[in-house]
Amino acid sequence: MLYYTLKRLGLAGLVALTVSFISFGLLYLSSDPAIAMAGETAADADIEAIRQLYGFDRPILVQYFDWLQRAASGDLGKSYYFRTDVSALIGERLPTTMTLGLCAITFAIVLSVPLGVAAAIRPNSFIDRVALFLSVMGQALPSFWFALMLIVFLSVSLRLLPVSGSDTWLHFVMPTIVLGYYAAPAIMRLTRTGMLEVLSTDYIRTARAKGLRPPVVLFKHALRNAIIPVVSLAAVQFGFMLGGSIVVETIFALHGAGFLAWESITRNDLPTVQGLILVFSLFYIVLTFIADLINAWLDPRIRIK
Amino acid sequence: MTIEPSSTTPKSSSVYTRFVGHQGVMVGAFIVLSIFVLALFAPILAPHDPYNQDLLARLIPPVWDSRGSWEHIFGTDHLGRDYLSRLIYGARISLLIGFGAAIISGLIGTIMGVMAGYFGGRVDMVVTFLITVRLSMPVVLVALAVVAIVGGSLQVVVMVLGLLLWDRFAVVMRTSTLQIRSMDYVAASQAVGCSTPRILMTEIMPNVVNNLIVIATLEMAHAIILEAALSFLGLGVQPPLPSWGLMVSEGKDMMLFEPWLITIPGVALFLLVLAINLMGDGVRDITAPENRN
Repeated sequence: MLYYTLKRLGLAGLVALTVSFISFGLLYLSSDPAIAMAGETAADADIEAIRQLYGFDRPILVQYFDWLQRAASGDLGKSYYFRTDVSALIGERLPTTMTLGLCAITFAIVLSVPLGVAAAIRPNSFIDRVALFLSVMGQALPSFWFALMLIVFLSVSLRLLPVSGSDTWLHFVMPTIVLGYYAAPAIMRLTRTGMLEVLSTDYIRTARAKGLRPPVVLFKHALRNAIIPVVSLAAVQFGFMLGGSIVVETIFALHGAGFLAWESITRNDLPTVQGLILVFSLFYIVLTFIADLINAWLDPRIRIK
Repeated sequence: MTIEPSSTTPKSSSVYTRFVGHQGVMVGAFIVLSIFVLALFAPILAPHDPYNQDLLARLIPPVWDSRGSWEHIFGTDHLGRDYLSRLIYGARISLLIGFGAAIISGLIGTIMGVMAGYFGGRVDMVVTFLITVRLSMPVVLVALAVVAIVGGSLQVVVMVLGLLLWDRFAVVMRTSTLQIRSMDYVAASQAVGCSTPRILMTEIMPNVVNNLIVIATLEMAHAIILEAALSFLGLGVQPPLPSWGLMVSEGKDMMLFEPWLITIPGVALFLLVLAINLMGDGVRDITAPENRN
């Protein structure tokens, strides 16, 4: 287990390093960051001053290692727009996004796991078809459009929920539904196949044969085994959600990191964008690392591979 | 050993009947084909010029509204452009993005996945590592950032999505190739002395192409949704092009009073993506029922 953990940790570190290099390199997609900062009409002397102030005149690799060193100690540079520390800015917005992400993944699991189990108990039944229908719908619904339709129906027609903002828990209801519904189909399908597979095994037949009550067989014996891959999928989906929150937060004007990302992108605030890409990626890497460890702990076969 | 001739003919016709008999595939294929025809013959089918503004005829509701008329079946937008014509021309953009991104990402992902699966060892390690790196980067955020830096246009969006969405191709092609590589007929062609490119093209590729088609449809749908989201956020295809995502975005400010402005392009988007997914799921059900999920 220790060897496995160390190997995974090394891999995660290497991935993080590569991601950091890519997000740093994004800055250089625009021809010259100094010109981008100063504006097209700036005088040459001003551009040169900015170039020296921010160190854009040094070799790229030197700049990268310098940036990496400071990023490792939590300093992601200063926002071009807010003129404050990027890390403080992200830290301020992250709790909102985390809350949204947690609500959404909880919503997705609560919606999809029971549905997946029910669908697996009676394949091709009415409930199985409903589950399939919902998952096919979920995959085809563009989240931004779903969000707008929810606003039209729930906020405007029925006047149930506030349209935008992030002040009360009511503001989180619609974003949670939109973001969670997007992750639900994958979890539902995996629960269903996992359950179908487990329910056809010998030990379930044995459990049934020795007269255990159906709920015990279903939940204690079957679901426990079927849920293992679902745990890691849920972790991965949670990571994707934080990245996907950018659309949802923008529509509902929820002041989280996703909204900050959109603001920063439209303002050409590259250090903030870089920082956000790095933070979101790191978060995903940590999540998958933890999911891998949980899986290896639950299923010893993984450790040996 | 004798092979009954009758055993081969029903087989080939059964693949055909399985396709025709599969509801999902037929419904999906019908919708996709209809939208494709609309897109192809847009100049003939569109009743008006999609870019022609008529400020005197702004925000006319669709024909089913009491204020609507047959002149503009789906009404007009905030600049008086015919909504139906914009919708028809918008199909071109969505399909172009879908095909373009799927082809680029399919090429990248297939080459990487097949190489990793066939050669294994170091190649496999590098490819797996690249897939992990790609998966840990948030797609929407990176796509938005790149489009914002490079500048939004149809070509840029196709390129960016193509360069971002290869992960699933690589993952699936790698596993399928791994399965095929251990088959006896591959060992046989190696023993006979076939060159590696020849084995890849004549032994591996024909056996993984079913999975490739399934992933291609799913990624096509994915790219179409992402383009709409990017355009909706103002960082995708730029006005005055009639992208469906852009149409929703332009109608957003008036959605409380004129909800059809966002309903119509949204339903179009939903239908197209649904139809492509139905086709993909159906092809998978028919060719490899064991690969559900």
